[in-house]
Amino acid sequence: MTDVSMALLQISEPGLSAAPHRHHLAAGIDLGTTNSLVASVRSGSADTLADADGRHLLPSVVRFTEEAVIVGEEAKLAAVDDPLNTVASVKRLIGRGLDDIKRLGSRLPYEFVQTDAAVPRIHTCRGDLSPVEVSAEILKALAVRAESALGGELSGVVITVPAYFDEAQRQATKDAARLAGLKVFRLLNEPTAAAVAYGLDKDAEGIHAVYDLGGGTFDISILRLRRGVFEVLATGGDSALGGDDLDRAVARWIMEQAGVGDGASRVVLRRLMRDACIAKETLTKANSASVCVDLPNGVRWEGELDRPTFDALIDPLISKTTAACRRCLRDAGLRPAEVKDVVMVGGSTRVPRVRERVAELFGTAPLVDIDPDRVVAIGAALQADVLAGNKGADEMLLLDVIPLSLGLETMGGLVEKIVPRNTTIPVARAQEFTTFKDGQTAMAVHVLQGERELVADCRSLARFELRGIPPMVAGAARILVSFEVDADGLLSVTAMEQSSGVKAQVEVKPSYGLTDAEVESMLRDSIAHAGEDLHARRLRERQVEAKRTLEGLRAALASDGDALLDAAERRRVEGTLLHLEEVADGNDPEAIKAATEDLENACAFYVERRMNRSIRDAMEGHKIEEFQ
Amino acid sequence: MLDFSKNHFELFGLPVGYRVDGDLLAERYRALQHRLHPDRYAAAGDREKRLSMQASARVNEAFQTLRDPLERARYLVSLHTGDNDGGKEMTQDMAFLAEQMELREALSEVRSRPDPIGAVGEILDHLAGQSNVLVGKLEVLLEAPSPQDLEAARELVSKLQFVSKCRVEAENLEAELDELL
Repeated sequence: MTDVSMALLQISEPGLSAAPHRHHLAAGIDLGTTNSLVASVRSGSADTLADADGRHLLPSVVRFTEEAVIVGEEAKLAAVDDPLNTVASVKRLIGRGLDDIKRLGSRLPYEFVQTDAAVPRIHTCRGDLSPVEVSAEILKALAVRAESALGGELSGVVITVPAYFDEAQRQATKDAARLAGLKVFRLLNEPTAAAVAYGLDKDAEGIHAVYDLGGGTFDISILRLRRGVFEVLATGGDSALGGDDLDRAVARWIMEQAGVGDGASRVVLRRLMRDACIAKETLTKANSASVCVDLPNGVRWEGELDRPTFDALIDPLISKTTAACRRCLRDAGLRPAEVKDVVMVGGSTRVPRVRERVAELFGTAPLVDIDPDRVVAIGAALQADVLAGNKGADEMLLLDVIPLSLGLETMGGLVEKIVPRNTTIPVARAQEFTTFKDGQTAMAVHVLQGERELVADCRSLARFELRGIPPMVAGAARILVSFEVDADGLLSVTAMEQSSGVKAQVEVKPSYGLTDAEVESMLRDSIAHAGEDLHARRLRERQVEAKRTLEGLRAALASDGDALLDAAERRRVEGTLLHLEEVADGNDPEAIKAATEDLENACAFYVERRMNRSIRDAMEGHKIEEFQ
Repeated sequence: MLDFSKNHFELFGLPVGYRVDGDLLAERYRALQHRLHPDRYAAAGDREKRLSMQASARVNEAFQTLRDPLERARYLVSLHTGDNDGGKEMTQDMAFLAEQMELREALSEVRSRPDPIGAVGEILDHLAGQSNVLVGKLEVLLEAPSPQDLEAARELVSKLQFVSKCRVEAENLEAELDELL
């Protein structure tokens, strides 16, 4: 009853409602890997909503029994004893194909059902369920909580997703909401939601980093907030790193100390993970935690985990996050000191060592004013309130970036980047190319996505051909290739020959089918293979150069070799030509370079003769002005 | 919606010159995007949506150009001279080129140093110093440039290009070393 009168009170607030006679109930949902939350704006301030027992966090765990579907704490407790019918961390699975999930591999204790469809199904006693169906159960539970707290039906919700979620994962999240009977106003990126929570509540201006170490993923985003405009300068992260990994590090330590072998049963492993998690949480406040484990052989093991040992266990994991932060900052063209505030998101940021390391990196104490578990839901609630028409909608604007570079295939299988990653969209970029053969009338355009230098290592987005180029000498045609990425990330590529105006065009969806793990691993690869790429690039460049030299020489020999060279000279030239041909097939760029130079030196006299002759030919019967 | 005939400076209502008030530029950029961004035209007709996309992309392009000292110099030189290859020719300053070679060599040997990250940091600091000096000279030259000033500016742009390319390589190396931690 009190909730209803709260809602009524809000109607009378002046200037806040677009439709003053009715306040639309709206909620923000943080659908997390480990925990989920629902929040709403009441009496002008946003807060998360508690269940009947006063708990805000809803563990993202669903248990299926013969009688019922149980979501939350109760399901989480049962997970230890009924692992096969209890689904946790379903967010890792949503919108993924079976192949992706196999890559996640042994870390998941469920039994997957092989089906013909690309969508994996989890075998439970209530049938084979898709991740969308499992997620829908979590959303339903949150919606019930919100509607009973707010005293009415929700007009719509804002659901948050990781910045790296791709089309398929976003679509699957929307499908889950539809299945739960909810209207989705918008999917909002989690870091943006966190920034909204701080930005709108406290009117903060400046550059912010959002450091989000959740249960299963790490995300870092650099945002600029100013006068109501949110600009995402860069995003990065690690899609397979989170609080679970901290627990795993502790669990491994316990296993070593207690002498538990790798062959322990699922039930034992689950219990160890739970004990590890409890120890981690204890160490947030205390300097040491005692650990008791009932071993499979019936013996009870007791030990102490102190703070320094714990810190040493997790430091390598934190280093991965700080390295990602530095990379992201570099992409944004910023130094750590330029970041005004660091917003901490995710339960794992409660770990003192994490806060210490983040403070060290940015030279500023991170923001923890808003509960790091709730800050995303609160931001989502504020956004939901705006979109429900309860506030002026002209305040917020998000400028987004593209996550991976877009480019074109050029000579020798190399990629020329046209739009670098983290460029603000919408964007239009054009680059001029030319033909490399005399009389060339068509040009293939191959559009690629990724950070690597070789075509083979990037993702092919589209291929098309520009035909009808008027025949000209090599290098004379001017072909303008334009990339256009709109605000939704939709790419269109146009190629046009400038003198004739012939045109060809293609539209592609750059993010389609790319999972966040793929984005992540493509980024990682580009760094890990930078040296290798450099070698490969140098090799291709040398090969292209050698090929050009060879083609030129062959053409020359065919046209005037007999007239300008005697037999001995010709043999010598052909000898170096054969040598270069052979070396160019190898994979030593320096040798190719040397052989190319040898050939050029050996042919210098021939080139000179050809030049003298062509000048002589050209001058005959012409006036000098014609050549100016 | 937006006057596409305006140059980058005029778009933001800024005087044409190398010295740019970064904060003011960023503020005008946001104000323009606030007005032009496709999100503002979500309910509009196709023509307006298309126009908003183009306008917003143009503003993004202009902003990227003006906020980067190298791109800004190149753009400004081409505005003054009318040709689009502002500074593509290579500097003939042999002392400068020799120094660049040395820096690159130092960069390639960083891995064998006792503190590789520290060594890259030193190189990055050195490059930042070089960049600042060049930017400072460009500020003076491009105040009210004579044809000779523009020639000199082209040379500086070419040097700045070297420095920023080396910087990108150093930063990539730093990222790579970070990854190994």
